[in-house]
This record gives sequence, structure tokens and C-alpha cells, in this order.
Amino acid sequence: MRWGEIIRRLVLIPPTLFGVCVIVFVLLRVVPGDPIAMMIPPGASPADIDRLRAFYGLDQSILQQFITWLGQALTGNFGRSISLHQNVFELVLARLPATLELSLLATLIATALGVMVALTGVYVRGRRLEWAIDGGIGVFLAIPDFLWALILLLLFGVLIPLLPISGRIDPQLDVAFRTNFYLVESLLTGRLDVALALLQHMILPAVALALPFAALVARLLKASLAEAEDQDYAQIARARGFSRPAILWREVFPNALIPTVALGGVQVTLLLGGTVLVERIFSYEGIGNMAIDAVINRDFPLIQGLILTFAVLFIALNLAVDLLVRLLDPRLRHG
Amino acid sequence: MTAVLAVHDLHVAIGERGRAANVLRGASLEVGAGEVRGLVGESGAGKSMLGRAVLGLLPANAVIGGGTILFEGRDLLAMPEPERRGLLGRRIALIPQDPITSLNPVKRVGAQIAVTLRHHLALSKRAALERATELLAEVAIREPRRVLELYPHEISGGMRQRVLIAMAFACDPGLVIADEPTTALDVTVQRQVLQLVERLRQRHGAAVLFITHDLGVVAKICRTMTVLHAGRVLEEGETADVLARPRHPYTRALLAATPRADRPAEALRPVPPALIESLWSEAHRLDRLDVAGRA
Ligand SMILES: Nc1ncnc2c1ncn2[C@@H]1O[C@H](COP(=O)(O)OP(=O)(O)O)[C@@H](O)[C@H]1O
Ligand SMILES: [Mg+2]
Repeated sequence: MRWGEIIRRLVLIPPTLFGVCVIVFVLLRVVPGDPIAMMIPPGASPADIDRLRAFYGLDQSILQQFITWLGQALTGNFGRSISLHQNVFELVLARLPATLELSLLATLIATALGVMVALTGVYVRGRRLEWAIDGGIGVFLAIPDFLWALILLLLFGVLIPLLPISGRIDPQLDVAFRTNFYLVESLLTGRLDVALALLQHMILPAVALALPFAALVARLLKASLAEAEDQDYAQIARARGFSRPAILWREVFPNALIPTVALGGVQVTLLLGGTVLVERIFSYEGIGNMAIDAVINRDFPLIQGLILTFAVLFIALNLAVDLLVRLLDPRLRHG
Repeated sequence: MTAVLAVHDLHVAIGERGRAANVLRGASLEVGAGEVRGLVGESGAGKSMLGRAVLGLLPANAVIGGGTILFEGRDLLAMPEPERRGLLGRRIALIPQDPITSLNPVKRVGAQIAVTLRHHLALSKRAALERATELLAEVAIREPRRVLELYPHEISGGMRQRVLIAMAFACDPGLVIADEPTTALDVTVQRQVLQLVERLRQRHGAAVLFITHDLGVVAKICRTMTVLHAGRVLEEGETADVLARPRHPYTRALLAATPRADRPAEALRPVPPALIESLWSEAHRLDRLDVAGRA
């Protein structure tokens, strides 16, 4: 990918986000469900309801509402949450770090697992163990993250209660954080006991998110490794007296990584999407969990803010993957 | 004089049991110290398989049915794997056919040369890169220090082949197997590459097994030659003798198919397999006579 391509991508970002906003905005208001009906006490008079409706601008036409919302959004004001009575931008910003930390941890676990399985799988190529590994990968691909979340919750939360199954941090653990990146902050400031407590809460949801993604990484990488190992340069390395593990790691892996990152990197979006249900299951206070509450309460401004946040994350992820591929492949770097 | 390489009665089959194709059927050849031996034969004769058998590069579905491959008197097929790996790349080296696919596309040229030097000679990173610079200069690459920093796609095919030649001679091998190293190159580059192989061979004192289907190349740089057909050796001897008085009709057909300045090339007429088979026993007898004569 050349620089021109990157610029083209950047130019396409605003129209993409605009499109996302339009679709979400219209869908929310066309689909049945009324935020006011969700919040009024029983027995409120029609006049009260109308006043509330007008207060949130819901009495106007959809187009009118959209223009108002967009005008404010462009100045960084994404409105007030109807159910939480707070600024949407601040709400999302406060919760986003929790989801980012969880997704990052899950991605790291998935990558480490996937790489190990792929290297093992390609090492035993042609033997019966390879079949077992391929079969295992297939199984893990077929079970979705929220199912893993339930399985892990029952297994390590209920059956063998080893780990906490709810929240981000113990309520009785009285620590103050300067940022909302609790894990990163505690690691950077050397508060390892706090980091450990955080990790204990994160590990189950992170593993649930990681398992299907690890299987995806393993499948993509194993195929790429097998293809790269058949190339002349890898074969010739054998004639230079290198052992097969050394060749797989030094010659084959850096090459196989390129298609794997290009194809698998964008799939991290699936993992991000998975946080919605998995955070819910573990009562983890991230934006995924928040999104479910927002939908239940028909909290239009909050839903719009959250979906826009996910859209920005997806776009950023795609760009990051492209840059990473350029970094890994010298043939693209000098293009 | 003991041979650097002595392949004896080598049988190799490729494919599933039952449907295996015998690609080498009792092939034997010797390469003496410092000798340049041409291994010729038409495409599919089994030349590459023979080279690959020596280098331990046979495809996964290949089975060695019998024979010995002695390198400096030790059987490569019988020795333990780590011992063989200690020889490969250090005492036995390869110049591959395709310079485009034979270098790792994501590693710098310098790193690719250095890794072998460090592996076999236990050089430091600095020393290995220093040695790599010398090697590149030896294969007539200008600005070797700059080229060390480049990736394979940033240099020409001819230059890549020179890098591969430099890598082959890096650890002063006793034997270099060159598998059609000029086939993928255009004529002027071919000539330069042949000169380089000859120069480095002399300087490093290596023997060369030069695999090619081009008798012109053999005539230029090989003192001795072996003619392979369908997995068997049909004829061998001093290049001058074989080319002047080919004893085998197949060699004559090969010669006739080679373009020469004084006459146009004829198409290589396929020799009927039955004829080859009937001549095989004859050639085999001659073969043995030759070996006996030299011993
Ligand atoms: N990977 C392979 N699988 C099956 N057969 C092969 C393979 N590679 C080569 N062969 C067969 O082995 C025979 C010898 O091939 P090769 O040694 O490459 O010939 P050449 O003399 O042209 O180098 C040919 O008949 C070829 O079809
Ligand atoms: Mg060949």
C-alpha cells in the first residue's frame, strides 16, 4: 500500500462516519421503542409526557433532530444521556479505557495462543497430530465468545470458584486512579498488587473473547506458515544446516506474519464487538456493557455516541493494521 | 586422490507407495577435490534430485531406496542429523537455480549472509557483517556496505545470484552444488556468473558439481562431466573426450540439440525409452570400466 492509498483512506473517514450516524439515527427512531415511555413514572399525564418529549427534542422531525444533533456533535457535544442524566461524551470517555484494556489483553492472549498453536501445527505437518490440531481449531472457531464466557463463568466462578466473576475491581479495594486505564496505570506506577487484582477480574472475560480469535489466528497463520515453508528460501535454509524449528521461527514466521496480520488484524473488530455480550455477562464496566443498558433504556443520545465510538475504533483499527503490514513487509515500505 | 563426493548406486523414489516414481535408479558419480564436474541431462532426468539428495533437500514424499553418499569419506545418509547439519552450509553448499525466490523477501541481504556465518563459524554479529562485506566485494558487488542494508527486491536478479554465490562460498566449503544457477539469467549476466563461480571456486579451493542442461556451459567450465538420463548415469569422463567422442546415442542427441556457433541447433529428438534401456546395460558396463580404470 502506497502513501496515496493511506491518504485516500483518511479522506474516506468523514463520509464513513457520517453514513454511520445517519443510519443509526434513522434506525433508532423508526424501530419501535420510546425513551420517554421508559422513564416516566406510571400515571404521568399526557401533558407531562409531551413536555419531556419536547425537552429532549423528540417532538421534532427526524431530519430536524439530526441537524441539531450533528451541529452539536461537530462541536464535540454529543448530548446528554436520557437514562443517566450525564454528558454522553464524558460517560463514554470514562468507560472506554476499561473496554480498550480488556480488548487489548484478549488480543494479546489470542495472539500468543494462536501463534503457539500454528507453529506446533505446522511443525507436525503431515502427521496425525496435525489433524487433531486442525480439528481443535475448528471447534474453537465454532464456539462464540459469549458461550465461552458462560462456560468459564460456570467453571471458574461457580464450580471451582477461583476467580471473581463480576466487575472490574473489588469494591473494597480502595485505590485512587488518575486515569481510567486502571491496568496500564497500575503497571506503570508499579502497583503490582492492584494490577494483579485487576487481572483477576479481567482474565475470564479476556479468555472468553480470546479463544475464538486465537483459533482464527491459528488457522490463518498455520496456512501461511505452511505456504511460506514450501518456498525456496525456506527449503534452502535446510541446506545451510539450520534445524527445522530455527527455520520456522527465523525464516518462515516473519513471512507468514504478513498475510496473517493483513487478514486477521481487521478481525479484531469481531473481538471488539464481542465485548458487548461478554462485558455484560461479567458485569464488566466497559462501553459494551453500557451499550446494552443504553439499548434497554432507548437512550438515543447514548446509543448514538457509543455506536460512533465503535465506528471510530473500527476505522482506527483498520488503519493500524495497514500500517503494521507496511512495517512487516519491506516490499510495501519502499513502494 | 579420494573424492570429495562419492555417490554410489543411489535409488530415490517419489510418491505414495505403489505409485512411486523412481527418479534415481542406481545413480553413481564422484567429484574429486577441486574438480568441477558437470552433471547434464535433459529436463526431468533427475539431476536436481541427485543434488537435493546430497543436500538433504529431497521432498517430504521422497524415499531413498538405497545407496551411499560419501562426503569426504563419511556417509551423509548414515550419519546422525546434527552431524549432517554441521556439514551442510559449511562444508557442502548450494547455489540455487532461481535467484528471485531463493532469498528471504523480508530480510536484509546482510542479515541473510551473516546468519549462516554466525551459525557455523560462531562469529559475532559485527564480525559476520564484516565478513559479509568482504564476500560481496569478492563477487564484484560495488558498494557492498550499502547492498548489505538492502532487501532482495531492491537489487537485480543478477545481483541476487551473486549474493547467493557469495553465501555459498561464505564458510569455505569443500563442495558446492550449483543447480542450474544461470538458467534464470540473461546471456550477459550468465557469463559473469560463470566467471564468478570459477573465480570463487579457485580462491576457496572448492569442488563444484555443476548441474545444467546446457552443454555449452559444461564445455566452458567443467573439466569432467556426467550424463544422467532417467535416473541413471549413461556416460562420464573428461568433458573434452565426452563431447568429442560421445559413446552414447543419448549424449549425441544432447549434443546435437545444443546450439553452436558453427551450426544451428536441432531439436532434441526424444530417444525411445526402449533404446535407452537396451543401451543402459552397455553404458553401465562402461561406467564400471571407467571407475575401475581410475581406481
Ligand atoms: N516434488 C516432486 N514430486 C514428484 N515428482 C517430482 C518432484 N520433483 C521432481 N519430480 C520428478 O522427478 C524427476 C526428476 O526431477 P528433477 O531431478 O527435478 O529433474 P532435472 O534433471 O530436470 O533436475 C522428474 O521426472 C520429475 O517429474
Ligand atoms: Mg532441475
